[in-house]
Amino acid sequence: MSAPLLEIADLDVAFHGDGTPVQALSGVSLRLDPGQVLCIIGESGSGKSVTLRAMMRLLPERRARIGGQISFAGRDVLAMTDRQLRAMRGREMAMIFQEPMTALDPVYTIGAQIAETVRRHLGGTQAAARARALDMLERVGVPSAARRLDAYPHELSGGLRQRAMIALALSCGPQLLLADEPTTALDATVQIQVLLLLRRLQAELGMGIVFVTHDLGVAAEIADRVAVMYAGRIVEEGSVAEVLGRPAHPYTAGLLASSVEHVAPGAEIAAIPGAPPDLRALPPGCSFAPRCRHAVAACDATVPPPVRPGPGRMARCFTPLGFAPSGHAVEEHVA
Amino acid sequence: MNSLPEPVADRGGPAQPLLIARDLRKYFPLGGGARVHAVDGVSFSIAKGETLGIVGESGCGKSTLARLLMQLMPRDAGELILDGDPVGGPHGISVAAMRRQVQMVFQDSASSLNPRLPVQDSVAFGPRVHGRSRSAALEVARAALRQVHLDPALIGPRYPHELSGGQKQRVNIARALAIGPRMVVLDEAVSALDKSVQAQVLNLLVQLRRDLDLTYMFISHDLAVVRHISHRVLVMYLGQVMEVGPVAQVFAAPRHPYTRALLASRPSMDPARRTETLAISGDPPNPVDLPPGCRFAPRCPHAEAVCTAANPALAGGADHLAACLIQVPGSGHSQAPGLEAAA
Ligand SMILES: Nc1ncnc2c1ncn2[C@@H]1O[C@H](COP(=O)(O)OP(=O)(O)OP(=O)(O)O)[C@@H](O)[C@H]1O
Ligand SMILES: Nc1ncnc2c1ncn2[C@@H]1O[C@H](COP(=O)(O)OP(=O)(O)OP(=O)(O)O)[C@@H](O)[C@H]1O
Ligand SMILES: [Mg+2]
Ligand SMILES: [Mg+2]
Repeated sequence: MSAPLLEIADLDVAFHGDGTPVQALSGVSLRLDPGQVLCIIGESGSGKSVTLRAMMRLLPERRARIGGQISFAGRDVLAMTDRQLRAMRGREMAMIFQEPMTALDPVYTIGAQIAETVRRHLGGTQAAARARALDMLERVGVPSAARRLDAYPHELSGGLRQRAMIALALSCGPQLLLADEPTTALDATVQIQVLLLLRRLQAELGMGIVFVTHDLGVAAEIADRVAVMYAGRIVEEGSVAEVLGRPAHPYTAGLLASSVEHVAPGAEIAAIPGAPPDLRALPPGCSFAPRCRHAVAACDATVPPPVRPGPGRMARCFTPLGFAPSGHAVEEHVA
Repeated sequence: MNSLPEPVADRGGPAQPLLIARDLRKYFPLGGGARVHAVDGVSFSIAKGETLGIVGESGCGKSTLARLLMQLMPRDAGELILDGDPVGGPHGISVAAMRRQVQMVFQDSASSLNPRLPVQDSVAFGPRVHGRSRSAALEVARAALRQVHLDPALIGPRYPHELSGGQKQRVNIARALAIGPRMVVLDEAVSALDKSVQAQVLNLLVQLRRDLDLTYMFISHDLAVVRHISHRVLVMYLGQVMEVGPVAQVFAAPRHPYTRALLASRPSMDPARRTETLAISGDPPNPVDLPPGCRFAPRCPHAEAVCTAANPALAGGADHLAACLIQVPGSGHSQAPGLEAAA
């Protein structure tokens, strides 16, 4: 087995502020092999963005208590100096967001921003950097790319801005792309274009992607593997076909069953009752137990350890669906 | 137990549509004489008890259409007829009389509630405006909260920031119900909610429709949600209606290339059968510089020279219509049936 590109072990993140601390992540473990696409699926507040920001060390360091390990290409991200972080961000590890304006500077042209990033990380002449910027815009399918080099972000449509942000993120050939709901704000006809684009670029450039989404359909289009998050924990992980086709965790099964695609028009949808817990007062056991039809007494007592319901799969559940209840914990997290 | 106000009595009878919109138009002026053609000649009707879904991409005019229906902004042209009565104008019913019958729920559940009021007071506001005493209005508010499955004793005294997104959207629905409306316009009412909460609210909307005989206009960019809740669906593009028809027919046999493209753009849900080819490319153009002729022509895989000559009208048969020359016999489009087919 090849060395992982990214390995996260027992990551805890708690935000300390005025009141009770917010336990945003609890014992998150993930692994990504080079060239793999991992989707993190979860509902609002489940900790998806915090996970990505932790990988980039973008959390507010004074308020966020971080525990556990993050290793990227064999290096300890949590031990990196500011200088090492600056060299890594945008060069080896790049990020794209739901709202391109958070990544693009409104006062510089698209071409200038990409060229600046290229020169900062890769050096070379201004002309070479600009040629690289043009090449990137063409690769991401911006029409009339030469003209668009001199456009300001606000002069582009939403879909083109998203492509420009992708071009910026990929301009230095990162090994790892972190994508935080990059298609959520886009129209349906544009979303599918951007998904196909990312899939093609991923294959061409061979980079790994961690792609955050709350949309199961988006995961089905792009993921090799899927990790399902609930209340700051990964509750299930496995190949996209298995997790979506044969979910082991009752929360994943509940999410799938509550999609409108799966019921007759107007019929009652099998909605999950209740709401996620308050991250300031997590229950001692499984956070999903209060909403779970399959919960047993043990679920309220302790957090279920990760078990392996099948090859290459992990679930944190005492009663994984369709698998014999199993107490044996996974010693090390194997993807 | 249900002490919601009685809705205004039916006037026109079952055959009279609850709402008819004729040739609604709204242009927003920009500087330099340019105009945004937000809603540009939209006509439809909604039968009593029916749910009409409105779909289309961002900026196609869905919210403007809803605001025109609710009289939240003046229309440039067009007519609205509520159960046989024209709305506004010298011979029509007043805007207040219309709002007694038609209520709206907005997408942004957070900012549509007053942050400084307990939510029961926000819900009671409508009944107060419509003349109830303070205590009677609060009683109605509690009934409305029960109707959306919120415990009035527990949730009523809370402030918006103390509620989850799903609870806030239930409060917004309760606020609409507190007037005793016949129709509710729902503008992206479940779009901001998480999928599991969205399912709960959709179930609630279907149940309320049945229990209270409500008519809905349901606006969403989410085709799956619209298909689930609507009886008929209207597809908009750049301020105009591209297709309208019974939801099952439009989804099973779409007639407009734009509707087909929208349907084909949905993610596959099955990793073994991923989308391999794009139905259309490019972004929706901006509603200021409109292309000549059919507005979809620049992105349409079937566009021909005739398509840029004139803007096609809705055509087809019976209740399933599309604004596409391919539908019109003898239109000159190579895929249109010949004139003899129409004879
Ligand atoms: N800087 C911060 N300070 C305090 N709490 C924070 C901070 N950032 C995030 N949180 C909290 O951590 C939890 C997880 O947030 P996160 O942004 O990761 O959610 P998410 O899964 O990305 O949700 P969404 O789908 O809404 O983007 C939330 O409860 C959030 O309020
Ligand atoms: N008050 C206004 N002044 C100027 N232009 C406006 C105004 N309101 C809307 N528009 C423009 O009118 C067009 C239609 O907007 P509208 O909000 O109706 O679209 P929508 O279909 O609801 O989009 P979305 O799916 O993003 O909500 C857009 O181009 C929008 O920018
Ligand atoms: Mg997020
Ligand atoms: Mg809108």
